[in-house]
Amino acid sequence: MPDGVATGAKSIEERDAIVIRFAGDSGDGMQVTGTQFTTESALAGNDLATLPDFPAEIRAPAGTLAGVSAFQLNFSSLPVFTPGDDLDVLVAMNPAALKTNLEDLKPGGILIVDKESFHEQNLKKADYERSPLEDGSLAARYQLFQVDVTKLTAAALKDLGLSARAVFRCRNFFCLGMTSWLYHRPIEPTEQWIREKFRKTPELVDANIRALRAGVHFSENAELFAVSYAVKPAVIAPGRYRNITGNAATALGFVAAAQKAGRPLFLGSYPITPASDVLHELSGLKQYGVYTFQAEDEIAGVGAALGAAFGGAIAITTTSGPGMNLKAETIGLALAVELPLVITDIQRAGPSTGMPTKTEQADLLMAMYGRHGESPVPILAAATPADCFTMAYEAVRIAVKYMTPVILLTDGFLANGAEPWPIPDPDTLPEVPVAFRKDPSGFFPYLRDEETLSRPWVVPGTPGLEHRIGGLEKEYLTGNVSYAPTNHEQMMRVRARKVAGIVREIPPTEVFGPPDGELLLVGWGSTFGSIRQAVGQLQSAGHRVAHVHLRHLNPFPADLEGILERYRRVLVPEINLGQLVRLLRTEYLVDAIGFNKVQGRPFKVTEIAGRCLKLLNGEEVRS
Amino acid sequence: MSAPGAGEPKLGKKDFVSDQDVRWCPGCGDYAILSQVQKVLPELGVPRERFVFISGIGCSSRFPYYVNTYGFHSIHGRAPAIATGLKTSRPDLSVWVVTGDGDALSIGGNHLIHILRRNLDVNILLFNNKIYGLTKGQYSPTSEVGKVTKSTPVGSIDHPFDPIALALGAEASFVARSVDVETRHLQEIVRRAHEHKGASFVEILQNCNVFNDGAFADVTEKATKADHTLVLEHGKPLVFGRDRDRGIRLRNFQPEVVRLGNGVGEADLLVHDETNPALAYLIARLGPPHFPVSSPPSPDPATRTPSTSRWPRRARRRRPTWGRSSTAATPGPSAEPRAQAPRATRPFGRCRRMLSRRRGRARFRRARRSAAA
Repeated sequence: MPDGVATGAKSIEERDAIVIRFAGDSGDGMQVTGTQFTTESALAGNDLATLPDFPAEIRAPAGTLAGVSAFQLNFSSLPVFTPGDDLDVLVAMNPAALKTNLEDLKPGGILIVDKESFHEQNLKKADYERSPLEDGSLAARYQLFQVDVTKLTAAALKDLGLSARAVFRCRNFFCLGMTSWLYHRPIEPTEQWIREKFRKTPELVDANIRALRAGVHFSENAELFAVSYAVKPAVIAPGRYRNITGNAATALGFVAAAQKAGRPLFLGSYPITPASDVLHELSGLKQYGVYTFQAEDEIAGVGAALGAAFGGAIAITTTSGPGMNLKAETIGLALAVELPLVITDIQRAGPSTGMPTKTEQADLLMAMYGRHGESPVPILAAATPADCFTMAYEAVRIAVKYMTPVILLTDGFLANGAEPWPIPDPDTLPEVPVAFRKDPSGFFPYLRDEETLSRPWVVPGTPGLEHRIGGLEKEYLTGNVSYAPTNHEQMMRVRARKVAGIVREIPPTEVFGPPDGELLLVGWGSTFGSIRQAVGQLQSAGHRVAHVHLRHLNPFPADLEGILERYRRVLVPEINLGQLVRLLRTEYLVDAIGFNKVQGRPFKVTEIAGRCLKLLNGEEVRS
Repeated sequence: MSAPGAGEPKLGKKDFVSDQDVRWCPGCGDYAILSQVQKVLPELGVPRERFVFISGIGCSSRFPYYVNTYGFHSIHGRAPAIATGLKTSRPDLSVWVVTGDGDALSIGGNHLIHILRRNLDVNILLFNNKIYGLTKGQYSPTSEVGKVTKSTPVGSIDHPFDPIALALGAEASFVARSVDVETRHLQEIVRRAHEHKGASFVEILQNCNVFNDGAFADVTEKATKADHTLVLEHGKPLVFGRDRDRGIRLRNFQPEVVRLGNGVGEADLLVHDETNPALAYLIARLGPPHFPVSSPPSPDPATRTPSTSRWPRRARRRRPTWGRSSTAATPGPSAEPRAQAPRATRPFGRCRRMLSRRRGRARFRRARRSAAA
């Protein structure tokens, strides 16, 4: 504590990056607090990455360990790749939040707790025998700030005549006010957000803004924080940016592609965590020719999308792991009738219901092989929240060009995570040409394009081209039902060749690091940030380590084999028990090593860097 | 462009016949249905290229291959889902779903009730033959209790759906029942289904002459059909019978069959009203043994003897079944009676009845006696 330093003359320290986590009960508004702090940081010009982490239960019993909801943000003046490993700041609204999150706080880190919530009942629910605030253990290890958040919020709102419950629910904005002051965040965007959010209940607008400001003023005036911290704006290429989550980016990628194609967009979907936000996002965009259909089940979601594709729409369906199982049969039909369809699997921890709100990358082999019969489907995967836009767009482009279902893989971490995104100029986006066949002369339903091997897209309503499609095997050219033995083989092979030919759409693989060397890390999906940062650190330490991040998983890029050969070791970090590594070993006979973690959470940078160092030091560790 | 559209030379049935060989079994009821639909389509004023037939899996679902329009033979039970995506994004098309009792009521039951609930503007033709034909003769969700098939060697214990009652329960806005061989009635129903704006649900009783021959003999055989068929017409009293001497009236909120004459006239009978869904449900639930009944009504369907000796032997062994043709918007009577016992006690009761039908009452009693001894 400062001794005798005049208030207002507190010192300011500069930091490159701060990792902060807000943790509380699932009813405490931690996701709102985190999201608003993110918006404030984006407007302060920092680069950032977020990790929302919440339970599947909407309101688990208050105060329990199961009910803890958290939101983590890494904001920096330097490029940010991950939400951060260890915390500089932890805001814990109750004992349960403290207990479940404390181990991630750096020694010496800032720990802000709501003192009053550490009462006997809450301590018991969090399995504390006595208050950790009183035994001195926390104060010895961290910068502990015990704040009477509940009492101070109540005092700020006392003349508003709100119920005790309503006052209690404003506590999160008091905390946001404190942290905003501590890190020099502008609170105006949050005030604006509160006005918008609660515009139908003006008394709550007043209450929440007051709580927010009270938090700022308290931090300014009370002699609690000796220093505050400044994080300078990051050097980011000039342009128009917005903060975007992976799910929002996915939705916009689809809309942009459909607009570019000049066709309506049809989404058939069934609510499922963590995919539902794409449905929510698209349902508000009907002014862009977007149809959304909340189906009676997952099967109807994809079935309706396929029906819309038959009619000439850009057709997509969104789901998560369990829903993918249910859609498998329709995906098989889509590839047999050769209609364009994008299936988005926002992966979550499985098997079965698993952990719906936690992330995982364990659906790759299902995407690759999870259908009966020989049924090749192109697979794309987004690497970052903003990359979801690019890959959703690309999935549509490939689907219509090759008349095929395409599986797009993202995951819960990408879906809910956010980062700044430079809004692209629509004119620079690739074309998505759609030309329905209208000419009856020489027409056959399965007449193939010589280069792409795709069949013509003929929509019902076109005179003279009436024809039937279906799941029975087709005759090569006419599309009539055929059981002829050699025809079946011919069709199997042409469908496989068509998908393999998509390799021509894949740009040269970007290698981050030296073109040859000791170690190559190959990743896919949401592990991008952790791998990239770990590899960067190792390179700075003088190691010849490189990183390749795959966004096309079927087919693989044509140049991948050559790249794999140029490194002594290949390490494949994945949030599963080894799926890409299996495909790479099968495809290229390369002795790739898996590095696997399945805890429902992303890799930490230190975990990957540590594993690499062991390999570089010659330790033969196989996971 | 070779194909005629609206305003161009009038199309005929042959314009809706595709170049594919029809591969149903000889004698299948599906041929008759195909033919009636092909006759009606050119008369609907819709350009040929605007028709789309979508089907699932099963014998009936081969239908789209044989109609020279756009068609989509999809996967088992999912035709309503595919139709939903097509029709919502392409309202300019005339979308037809062709399905069967297994496809629509078993594997696709969920999609059927939801397409009806949403009242999507499509026409659903459900071919009900009370059997799985393409998989070679297992019992279906409309098969009667006690049905002996390869998968139910001692008889099915599952209570069947009545498709019309199910559709009404799902808030269908148009329901109708017709029969494969009732050519003119069927044509009329198909036409009215097309005219209805919203989901039209048409159950077509269809004979599977290989695996369930004679399932609807009561309503198709000349000797019996008048006594087993109640033809519904809007605004007309519910009269039936070969001599049109019987009718259905409501007493104490219960329907009953009355013989006309002796002071009972048509004015005493229920009058059909296509716009009344409560009446539709009441009529849907009519069925044997009490409605509209052959003569004389039998108190126990299990002992009822077929009323014609021309029935195939296999059919005679089964409990006779009834279907009723009806005009649009209201259904004919239910094909199956619901047992009067409380639902919870029924499975056992049904097993007993099933056994009794299979072996005959006497044999059942003998077996019981010997088991007791």
